[in-house]
Amino acid sequence: MPVHVDIAKVAKLARLALTDEQLERYGAQLDQILGHAERIQAMPTEGVPPTAHPYPMTNAFRPDEVAPSLDRDEVLAQAPDAVDGYFRVPRILGEE
Amino acid sequence: MTDLADLSIVAAGQGLRRGDFGAIDLLEATLRRASVTEAHLHAYLTIDQEGARTAAEAADAALAAGDDRGPLHGIPLALKDNLCTRGLETTASSQILAGYVPPYDATVVKRLRAAGAVVTGKTNLDEFAMGSSTENSAYGPTRNPWDVAKVPGGSSGGAAAAVAAGSAFGALGSDTGGSVRQPAALCGLVGAKPTYGRVSRYGLIAFASSLDQIGPLARSVEDAALLLDAIAGWDPADATSIRQPAPSVSDALEGGVQGLRVGIVAEMSGEGIDAEVSAAFRATVATLADAGAEIVNVSLPTAEDALSTYYLIAPAECSANLARFDGVRYGLRVDGDTTEEMMSRSRGEGFGPEVTRRILLGTYALSAGYYDAFYGQAQKVRTLLRRDFAEAYERADVLVSPTSPTTAFGLGEKTDDPLTMYFSDVFTLPSNLAGDPGLSLPIGLDHAGLPIGFQVMAPALGEPVMFRVAAEIERLVGFDARPSLATSEVVLP
Amino acid sequence: MTGYEAVIGIETHVELRTRSKMFCGCAVGFGAPPNTNVCPVCLGLPGALPVPNQEAIEGILQIGAALKCAIVEHSLFHRKNYFYPDLPKNYQISQYDVPLCVDGHLDVDVDGETARIGITRVHMEEDTGKSLHGSEGGRIHDAAHSLLDFNRSGVPLVEIVSEPDIRSPEEARAYATELQQIVRSLGVTDARLEEGSMRFDANVSVRPVGQEEFGTRAEVKNMNSLRSLQRAVAFEIDRQIQVVESGANVVQETRHWNESTGVTSSMRSKEESEDYRYFQEPDLVPLEVDAAWQARVRASLPELPAERKARYVDAGVDEATAASLVADTRLGDLFDEAVAAGADGKAAGNWITGEIVAYLRQEDVDLDATGVTAGDIVALHQMVGDGAVSASAAKDVLRGVLAGEGRAPEVAEARDLLQISDSDVIEAEVDAILAAHPDELARMKQGDMKPMGYLVGQVMRATKGKADPRQVSELLRARAAG
Ligand SMILES: [Mg+2]
Ligand SMILES: [Zn+2]
Repeated sequence: MPVHVDIAKVAKLARLALTDEQLERYGAQLDQILGHAERIQAMPTEGVPPTAHPYPMTNAFRPDEVAPSLDRDEVLAQAPDAVDGYFRVPRILGEE
Repeated sequence: MTDLADLSIVAAGQGLRRGDFGAIDLLEATLRRASVTEAHLHAYLTIDQEGARTAAEAADAALAAGDDRGPLHGIPLALKDNLCTRGLETTASSQILAGYVPPYDATVVKRLRAAGAVVTGKTNLDEFAMGSSTENSAYGPTRNPWDVAKVPGGSSGGAAAAVAAGSAFGALGSDTGGSVRQPAALCGLVGAKPTYGRVSRYGLIAFASSLDQIGPLARSVEDAALLLDAIAGWDPADATSIRQPAPSVSDALEGGVQGLRVGIVAEMSGEGIDAEVSAAFRATVATLADAGAEIVNVSLPTAEDALSTYYLIAPAECSANLARFDGVRYGLRVDGDTTEEMMSRSRGEGFGPEVTRRILLGTYALSAGYYDAFYGQAQKVRTLLRRDFAEAYERADVLVSPTSPTTAFGLGEKTDDPLTMYFSDVFTLPSNLAGDPGLSLPIGLDHAGLPIGFQVMAPALGEPVMFRVAAEIERLVGFDARPSLATSEVVLP
Repeated sequence: MTGYEAVIGIETHVELRTRSKMFCGCAVGFGAPPNTNVCPVCLGLPGALPVPNQEAIEGILQIGAALKCAIVEHSLFHRKNYFYPDLPKNYQISQYDVPLCVDGHLDVDVDGETARIGITRVHMEEDTGKSLHGSEGGRIHDAAHSLLDFNRSGVPLVEIVSEPDIRSPEEARAYATELQQIVRSLGVTDARLEEGSMRFDANVSVRPVGQEEFGTRAEVKNMNSLRSLQRAVAFEIDRQIQVVESGANVVQETRHWNESTGVTSSMRSKEESEDYRYFQEPDLVPLEVDAAWQARVRASLPELPAERKARYVDAGVDEATAASLVADTRLGDLFDEAVAAGADGKAAGNWITGEIVAYLRQEDVDLDATGVTAGDIVALHQMVGDGAVSASAAKDVLRGVLAGEGRAPEVAEARDLLQISDSDVIEAEVDAILAAHPDELARMKQGDMKPMGYLVGQVMRATKGKADPRQVSELLRARAAG
């Protein structure tokens, strides 16, 4: 069955502000690309475990040791907006 | 005498130790070359003349003081601009990171510096390494030194163009679906994608975490081996890096192919391949047979589905990896009344079309109700592909294929149709899905004088045998062509 | 709430007190200047990668084991994707379908009744940064902006999810209290609600008594004390009953508890139901906690509050005393040491849960901030026993000890609270008093002993309470007889 993506919903989920024209173009491209996924969707994979990581290993840990943090001025120098040691952003919905 | 900029890393190292010239001379030759070629290629986004000169002088002083850091000591090397460099702008060719200066060095960068290498600058790429032509750069495309009307491949196209043109002796790129091997092929270089986890990803701006690997681009197999030896090995800062020590590949270049089983992959040698590429590939296989290799035919049935699998897994991972670019802590901010609005606008304007498309694709593939049908199923097919490889490696020590179905294509030729563009990685991305190493080396030129790449693939941790086979092919084929643009004389476009 | 039954499940978040954060080496600390404990990893800088803190994994395993959970041998980290400015990567590293610990339980007592609350899961995740709004920003605040501090970003966070087995506000509080005592007794967290190192979200619904299926639930957030948890749940239950009674439907939503107004209110603006797009974290490898590791964890568990309380009750300590002895591990430890050093259990229990607890409350300090030792408890008990100090004077001695004035005998000396043991001195006082009260002495000689108490009091006053009353009355009797 042909895929039809609700592209506006996906764009909102991905926090991408796009024009209607852009949404239309990307929507069509996604439908086309996902159409090519039909083949693999049809493949029999019952009982096949997923591969999330191509080189299987377990338990990569670090000891509980404190390492030096970054210099705050160097960090905030990259910030679009900062004040008194804080990053500053426009008001957050639901937090006014 | 030959221009210093055209020396191999090995030859440059010998000259340095003989005292024929200093690291500063190698650097100046490299910068002089760049001053000529950059006008045509745009391989670099940033050339760090000051930092490089300081490093070169330090390298000369160290060597004079008897502090020899090894084969890369004093060698000018370039870095793909998705590798973080402390104090040096790092943009991943994206508008959203314009002007971003990292507060830390990637692990591979630390290791190159510790090895005495001289970082020349940061090279162009497809935005966030998403592309196969370096045309998806927010800062304009890079051109191919063999023919400036052609693309250098991608996404490490800037790195490949720089090394091919002599504006760097070697470079580090990243390979998620072929982004080191395919540009190496299109620019007549040796490029390798190590086993997943062999090289630390710490400080590599992530595209698809389960596929990304950093790899070397160089003008010879031995140079590539020296670069890989310098960066390979466990890194406690990368939980996915392999803990057992990495054996030297530059010590593994001798031994030839006598008695080695070389597998030809049915699904990677059939239709869809440019005739000249196919012919060159078969000729090289024949040469290997003459040299004593046992040629076997193997099949990777699932490889046919690798492209579709890749284009669900890579976008899904990138949709999360690129979520952090939100205008809050660094990079581009497009303001809004609320933070939510600011984030959406910053991301909407900051990302280019290919990146936006993949974020949308991946977000969809992970979203409620579609996960199992898309991402989940792709991960299972990935398992099937790995099983195919495992079977093939029971019958062959290495697998071979053309690196890419065609030689370098024209700028703008494939930009309108993402799918045809994706197809140029069809032979490289299976190794990324499997997590196995792959290498591309040049085996000749087509009628238009464009390089043809040959891919050698090996099982996980099989870098030594992969490089051994590549070194033998290099000897047998004796490819020594250089792009006309690789000159320090002013050339007219 | 006649006719209705509340169904409550509680999600608890506990910050582990490790030295460094969950996935990076930044220090875990409360109250550092903003954005000083940050690095590429916990700031979500491009290229940074997480590496799990082994100590934090040990910590969550202890919690899981203490809650009688099954430890899962192969578990996974997932990415929980949602955009929020205090979440640097815009995804939280958490656990999804395969958490570290599952299927545990916790028994709580509410007025004599014991209820078993199921523990669905215990999983590992990372904390977010903090955003300041409203007046929080102080002078640098203005209504159009929020401020972000990422010091807390990446602090190890354990989420403990209960089954919807809780049926009343009292039970909810009892569950929270018991849980806090347990995680504290493990020493893996200080679990301070005021500082947010322990946080509760309550999922509350109501249904007509006897109805099988659950009603629509609301999630209540922002309770920063055990008391406010109980109040918030009680309020929400009543609110929902009223909604149902009025014929309306309870809305599934997140509600914010306001401590000052005592009311929960909807947070709809944040409520657009999220699609978290969970997928396995590709930057991390699976966790494998094999049988040997599991055994090590279970063997390393300290005595838990419930076990300790049972032990005390068996040893004859009364319920109430036992309960307050286990409320703070350090009190129980002091008790055990004192008894081991020879103190009488009942007396030690009374000293600790009486005088000492009162002092700690009044001074608002921790036990280890005081000077008291098991040795002092033993000494106090002996001094009272052999009459060196009176029972009332002993309390003053203990206060002096708690205040750090020295060991019990020194304090008794210094505060001049030792009883007079020299009988000559007491006899002299007795004779002096009798000399001053000839009539009373005469009445006693006739066998009328009524003046006894009065005369004893006189002697005690004359000796500033340092005479032993028993000895004094004996002397008076002797004089009356003689
Ligand atoms: Mg949670
Ligand atoms: Zn950190």
